[in-house]
Formats: sequence, structure tokens, C-alpha cells
Amino acid sequence: MSQKPSVKEIEQNLIDDFGLMDNWEEKYEYLIELGQDLPEMDAALKTEDRLVKGCQSSVWFDIHCQDHKVVFSADSDSLIVKGMVAILNEMLNGQPAEEVLKADLTFFETLGLWHHISSQRSNGLTAMLAHLKLAAADCLK
Amino acid sequence: MSKDILSARNDFPILSSQVNGFPLVYLDNAATTQKPQSVIDAISNYYSTINSNIHRGNHTLAIQATDAYENVRKKVATYINAASPDEIIFTRGTTESINLVAYSFGEAFVKPGDEIIVTQLEHHSNYVPWQLMCQRKGASFKVVPFDENGDLDLEILADMLSEKTRLLAVNHISNSLGTINPVEKIVRMAHAAGVPVLVDAAQAVQHTLHDVQVIDADFYVFSGHKMFAPMGIGVLYAKEKWLEALPPFISGGNMIDQVTPEKITFNVLPFKFEAGTSNVADVVGLGAALDYINSFDFQAIQAYEEDLLDFGEELLSTIPGLKIYGNPKRRSAILPFNIEGIQHFDLGILLDTKGIAVRTGQHCTQPIMDALRIPGTVRASLALYNTREDLEQLAHGIERIIRRIRS
Ligand SMILES: Cc1ncc(COP(=O)(O)O)c(C=O)c1O
Repeated sequence: MSQKPSVKEIEQNLIDDFGLMDNWEEKYEYLIELGQDLPEMDAALKTEDRLVKGCQSSVWFDIHCQDHKVVFSADSDSLIVKGMVAILNEMLNGQPAEEVLKADLTFFETLGLWHHISSQRSNGLTAMLAHLKLAAADCLK
Repeated sequence: MSKDILSARNDFPILSSQVNGFPLVYLDNAATTQKPQSVIDAISNYYSTINSNIHRGNHTLAIQATDAYENVRKKVATYINAASPDEIIFTRGTTESINLVAYSFGEAFVKPGDEIIVTQLEHHSNYVPWQLMCQRKGASFKVVPFDENGDLDLEILADMLSEKTRLLAVNHISNSLGTINPVEKIVRMAHAAGVPVLVDAAQAVQHTLHDVQVIDADFYVFSGHKMFAPMGIGVLYAKEKWLEALPPFISGGNMIDQVTPEKITFNVLPFKFEAGTSNVADVVGLGAALDYINSFDFQAIQAYEEDLLDFGEELLSTIPGLKIYGNPKRRSAILPFNIEGIQHFDLGILLDTKGIAVRTGQHCTQPIMDALRIPGTVRASLALYNTREDLEQLAHGIERIIRRIRS
């Protein structure tokens, strides 16, 4: 596997891609497409203890630490949340734990999705990131 | 002459607005209705012309504001056919009205070993306050289930009612399934067992029969904001004998007759239950909302909404993979559904991108969702200003989303 681009580089690519969409419908459709391309999560991993709390939809994260890198697989029963999972996957999966701990959500604002999604208090984007950061902190030990 | 219902749309400024670049299609009326210009004007006129604190001053504005406030109490009494305006208590809404009764009734009449009955069709606000009161008082909390159609199982209710039962709390219309419960019959059953009944009319008072004497409810509660009035104002109706018997819920100014360090006596009804400065402006707004509803023939509203619901139900049924929940004997203004393979949450967000407002989730009725074994629904809910076109927009929106996602 070639060297994974930095979080900043990936962010810029996503910002460019979403910038091509000129309305909400297209942005969401693109987000859903990203979700549909997310690698399948092993159904056996979708257990109660891997559910992220604080989401309106079910979201499962299976997170491991490999050489101080955060590695995960994830899925959601919501297509939109799955799209957000796909973005987190692209940005943060396999990144060094320090990078994951530094990640913030302002970049979703730039995508133009933040306003919509964040007003749905319980959509779980914040919860998902917090979940990844907890695992990243453990990874640094 | 009654107003034509098809002209109603023009009375609501928000309905001609655009959302996300599309004309608003507002189908979230069970959550809150929009406000006609007359209600908006009434609130603003109140503050521009007669604002002052009521029941206290003897200057002209205080008298005018008091009159305006008390006139609305009479209007509410007339609208729901209460025996007297003294039976009308202004609250912040349904939730506060129910909490008032749960607290005050619990204090006065409930002891360990007693039972309170609610139903599985209740909104959390007609469920949790009773549950908490039962915990405080050591009483048992009983729940009447609903059947596969979404109708309450009245045989189970009949079995549950006993000499231990202190009160039955039931909604007239379910905010989640739209079931119109046969409240007159339910009240008769309860009264035959000597049990008083609280009717949660939050979804009923603007859509169906709202005569408290015909229903014979002991307590009848609703929110202004679901009937074209402002948010933050609601009503508790109770038969006078109950209001006399219950202790106050909130105490303070205005509700007192005499107070010394040794002794308090309470003000007469309804003031005993209206401590503190009242929300006068929104009461005035509620008055304007009642005038607005009264400008139509209520039976024509009912017939129009029934026709619209049938139309919507039929239209949505033709969409492949769409399942409408419940098939109650009578349904009102509410269409709960899901689409195979698309989460309710996703559908809500995608419809919103086209300016279509629906509600998604549990609708504060987790016991219903648990019974149906689903995480939530999409809910389209109607008001008198909705049209067949709104429902067609909804159906087109859904079909488009299905096409895009499945492609
Ligand atoms: C049946 C029912 N009861 C109670 C409530 C609570 O009303 P409010 O939030 O206005 O107090 C609602 C509102 O959604 C409702 O639909």
C-alpha cells in the first residue's frame, strides 16, 4: 500500500469534490455514493458494544491500534451517516494516533454539509469523532 | 358566512416562503402548526397598544390587558364547551398541564398500592409524568396496549380498571399513528368504575370533536402552538370539583388570598393555578387563533382534512416499498411510514433538500416504536391549509429519492 496522504491533503480533495456540487440534493447524493463505496463491515462485528452512543441512527465502529496508527471498520443503517463514516474512513483510517487526536469538524463546514447535519443534534458526527479520539488516545499509551 | 378552506393558505405568510430554493411544503403540523397573519398581528398589537401586567394595576392599560386576557379564557371555554371560564387554566402547553395534574392529583389522591392507567399510544408527556408520580407515591403504573391495527385494546382496559385505579390518562388522537381513540366510550368505561380521566387533546382539539361535556373528560389538555396559536401557551380544562379539590402546583404571586407566616389561603379559581405573571401576549394570540378557526365551519374543516388524508394514504400506498403504519378504525391527519431500505432519518434530510418538511424519528413515543419493533418513522401530518398538491409533492419527492438511491 502506498503512503496514505495527510489528513490536510484528503480534506482538500473532499472540499474540491463537494465544491463541484451546486445544491443540497447533489451534495447528499454524493455523500451517499461515498457511503455506498465504503468497504463492507463484517456483519459479525455489528454488536451492541460496538454501537456509537448518541446517534439517531445505528453506527458501529470496530477500532484497532496498529503501530500507533488507528485502524477501523464501520457501518451505519443510515445512508447519510454511512457517507459521513466514509469521509472519516478516508481521512482518518490508518492515520497516526496524533493526527486523529488533532482532527476537527470545521472541515465539514467547508463541505457545506455542516449546517444541515450539525443542526440534527443527534446525528452523531460529534459522537463518532469522539469515539475515534478515545481509541486514538489509548493507542498512544 | 364561513370562510372557504381553500383560501386558508393565503393567511399564513410562511407558506409562501422558499426553503433550500424550493417553495415550502409544510407537512409537520403535528409538531407545530404555522401561524396566520391575524395571530402574528394580535401579538404585535398587544405589545404596541395595551401591554401591562394583569390582575394587579388599576390603570387603563392594566384593565385593558386584563380584559383581553380574560376574554380569551371565555373564548376557550366556549370553544371546548366548558361549563364555566373558571374551569380554564392557562399553562405553557400540554406538557405543563399534564405535569400540573400529575403532581396535584398525586398529592391529593394517590397512595401506595393505588394504580394509574395510561396507554401504549401516549406521547412521552402523557406517560412520563404519571410514571414519575407513581414512583413518588408508591403506586403502580399500568399500560393499555394497542393491537396490530393501532387501536387500543379496550378489553384489556376493562380488565385493568378496578377499585385500585385512581386515574386514567389517554390521548384523543395519537401523534405517532393518528389513531382517533374512542374517548367518549373510554370515559364512560372509566366513570362506570369510578375512575376520572385525563384526555390529552394536543392532536385533537384542532381536528375533531372538542366538546368536553360530550366527552365528559375530567381533565382535558392541549397546546396552543398546534392550533395556529403561539408557542408557550396551553390550556388545562378541569371540572370545577377537581380544581377545588386539587392543591396548587406552582405557588407565588397572584394565586394567594391571604398569607401570614402561620397560614395561607388560596385565591379563587382559576387564579389558584396561575401563579406569577401570565403570558398575556400569547394568550391574546391564542384568542386570535380561536377566532381564526371559528371563521371556518368546523365540520367543513373536518371533511376537508379527512378527504386530504384519504387522498394522501392512497397516493403513498402506490409507492413500491412504502409501508404505512397502523390501520386504525379512524385516523386523523397523520401518515406514519417507512420505505424499505431507506432510513427515516435519510428520507427526512433528502426531502428537506426539496423544501419538503416532515418529521422523522420516534416522535416522543418510544413505547409505540418498541411495540412496532422499528427505530422510527417518517411522519407527514396535515393542517387545514395543506392541499392535494402538497401531498403530490411529497410523493414525487419520495419517488425521486428512491430512484436516485436505487440507481
Ligand atoms: C399527543 C401529544 N401530547 C403531548 C404533546 C406535548 O405537547 P407540548 O410539547 O406542546 O407540551 C404533544 C406534542 O407533540 C402531542 O402530540
